Amino acid sequence: MRQEERDMNQQGDRSGLSRRRFLGSAVAASTVLSAPAVLGKARPRAVVVGGGAGGATAARYIASDSKGAVDVTLVEPTRNYYSCFFSNLYIGGFRDFASIGHSYGALAARHGINVVHDWAVSVDRDHRSVGLAGGGSLSYDRLVLSPGIDFRPESVPGWDLTQQNRMPHAYKAGSQTQLLRAQIEAMPQGGVYCMVAPPNPFRCPPGPYERISMVAHVLKGANPTAKILIVDPKEKFSKQGLFEDGWQRHYPGMIERIGPEFGGDRVEVRPDSMEVVVDGEAMKVDVCNVIPAQQAGGIAALAGITNEGGWAPVVPHTMQSRADENIHVLGDASQQGDMPKSGFSANSQAKVCAMAVRGALTGSKVFPARFSNTCWSLIGTHDGVKVGASYEATDEKIAKTDGFISKTGESAELRKATYEESLGWYDAISEDMFG
Amino acid sequence: MAARWARPVCAFADGVPSSEGARGSRVRSAVASAPGVSGLLVAVLLSVLPAAGAGSADAERGKALYGQCKRCHQAGSGAGHRIGPHLNDVFGRPAGSLTDFEYSPAMKAAGSGGLVWNEATLEAFLADPRALVPRSRMSFAGMEGAGDRADLLAWLRVFSGAGSDLPPAEPTATPEEYGLDPRLLTIPGDPEYGAYLAGECTTCHRGDGAAEGIPSITGWPRDDFVLALQAYKRGKRVHPAMQLVAGRLSDEEIAALAAHFSRDEDQP
Ligand SMILES: Cc1cc2nc3c(=O)[nH]c(=O)nc-3n(C[C@H](O)[C@H](O)[C@H](O)COP(=O)(O)OP(=O)(O)OC[C@H]3O[C@@H](n4cnc5c(N)ncnc54)[C@H](O)[C@@H]3O)c2cc1C
Repeated sequence: MRQEERDMNQQGDRSGLSRRRFLGSAVAASTVLSAPAVLGKARPRAVVVGGGAGGATAARYIASDSKGAVDVTLVEPTRNYYSCFFSNLYIGGFRDFASIGHSYGALAARHGINVVHDWAVSVDRDHRSVGLAGGGSLSYDRLVLSPGIDFRPESVPGWDLTQQNRMPHAYKAGSQTQLLRAQIEAMPQGGVYCMVAPPNPFRCPPGPYERISMVAHVLKGANPTAKILIVDPKEKFSKQGLFEDGWQRHYPGMIERIGPEFGGDRVEVRPDSMEVVVDGEAMKVDVCNVIPAQQAGGIAALAGITNEGGWAPVVPHTMQSRADENIHVLGDASQQGDMPKSGFSANSQAKVCAMAVRGALTGSKVFPARFSNTCWSLIGTHDGVKVGASYEATDEKIAKTDGFISKTGESAELRKATYEESLGWYDAISEDMFG
Repeated sequence: MAARWARPVCAFADGVPSSEGARGSRVRSAVASAPGVSGLLVAVLLSVLPAAGAGSADAERGKALYGQCKRCHQAGSGAGHRIGPHLNDVFGRPAGSLTDFEYSPAMKAAGSGGLVWNEATLEAFLADPRALVPRSRMSFAGMEGAGDRADLLAWLRVFSGAGSDLPPAEPTATPEEYGLDPRLLTIPGDPEYGAYLAGECTTCHRGDGAAEGIPSITGWPRDDFVLALQAYKRGKRVHPAMQLVAGRLSDEEIAALAAHFSRDEDQP
């Protein structure tokens, strides 16, 4: 019956405008006709693909704010989400692995979300349905895609996904993160850890450099003559002054960075011989952490809503895809403007999206979009820094309105407080996503 | 819960006390003095405590130190709950037991697990609130000096068992102290708008009120909430992230957030 209704809706009005009108009147009608059968069947349906920072938050907020008026399904293949945020702290020995893992139990039990552990493999925009790897499909009135990132093929010559065990990226958290940590611990005394850093735009602009700090922290204790090499195609990077100042204070002489002026943008790797070739010159290394160039998680391209850069452009006010107003795209996969690709940003965007979805499906009030982001990074023990900004939606992009950043020379006390704040943030955002 | 309280005590009884005077030992001592723990242990443990509350403590100094507590707590005649519960008759009170205050789940659990506020437990709590009650809502890093804690407790004692003969309670925050227009407190707030705006807060401040490194903001009295955000907005309280967030909130939006987060029933 529900499927029939859906099919009817689709035949009746293809254009988004009339679609919206239809939904509006359906809600109005069901409140008048208080027949429970009609009410039950008429529940509009939101499908969320990806249970990470963007998707879990969106599913939770759509479900809890609509108090059951919207039927929410979350599609996510993994049973435990290991967050990339704080995965560097795990590498540095400041967190245990279990502490960055989260289950979907509360989203199902407390918020009534239908959690489907499967991969979305196709999107039929005309019939508004999502195909699943395990067979079957889910129809939607609104689809939210928050699939995170995938790596761009051939961005680092010599590297592809089949090499990720020899040269891990650890840029999707989980077994990759554990593998990288194990490789660092197994380095010979005086060995070399090399990071091939990604070009812009990529997930978590300070992420690679926080990782360098954490690797240095581990090596300083266990392997003090080891060296760290960063091969970087970018001229500059996020919080550069803060990181370089911290590296000098905590890890003098250990870290070297090869920028584009010395060939950092002309790199090739040879996983079999564990060699990194920079500007034609080969070097043998012990650990090679390749973080390739990135693009939106594959399902966004399969839905046909990505641009030539591989990202999905969105309307800032609602996070709707510019290509299809029934689809919203959140987090790393979206191309929205000035916000960095961070968990904080994805969480912030998800709340705007949830409000827009709920407004469209139930007629609830819609307030103006507002966004914010703060990214903390840990440089050494109790040495935390942060950068933050607020943003507003313009027609063209999400535009930065104001911001702040930690300063070099801050007191140890302030740095410690900043670190402790990051613990509070991790705790809170985890609860906001999964609680 | 009882098991949780008992655990450190067992460690102690197994003969592995940490060095005397270290923070850890003080906390364990306090835990052990909760009911349900063997009397012998309590006696042993109390003997390692500094002589808090003894004649040496200086209540007048404590009064000055109490300035740090005043932003959240009231004590004295007419004292009410603010961000934290009132502190009248706190000595002898089981933790988390005032029925009209919304405690963190952690504090309530501590109370039902046997934690009672007395000289020893308060001393431990002041030294390191989160070591004694992890995930408590109290946003205070701890008071370092044992002498300071003893003095502060001597001042707090004034408000316990004294009946009605108390100095009047002081307000937790006033518009005047930030140079703010008192009319800011009378702006009505739309809780529905507040609920949406709150999404920006709950990325860092846990919605359920537990706190770890970032203060809890749920259940604050409306006035305290408005004053705190207005003070950030106008640069009278300093914190880069909070100044950024508050800086773009209108007076109406601050009122809306206060209405959403507050436990006050009535609109101003
Ligand atoms: C080392 C590192 C450190 C970081 N540190 C921070 C930090 O301190 N602070 C911060 O804010 N951010 C940080 N980030 C960034 C943050 O992790 C991401 O920006 C954030 O996770 C993006 O959220 P998302 O929802 O877009 O993607 P994700 O959180 O990656 O979630 C995507 C989910 O979608 C699922 N998925 C993908 N494809 C499909 C499909 N076809 N079907 C079903 N499910 C699918 C995946 O399994 C995944 O669970 C860090 C990142 C890294 C790598």
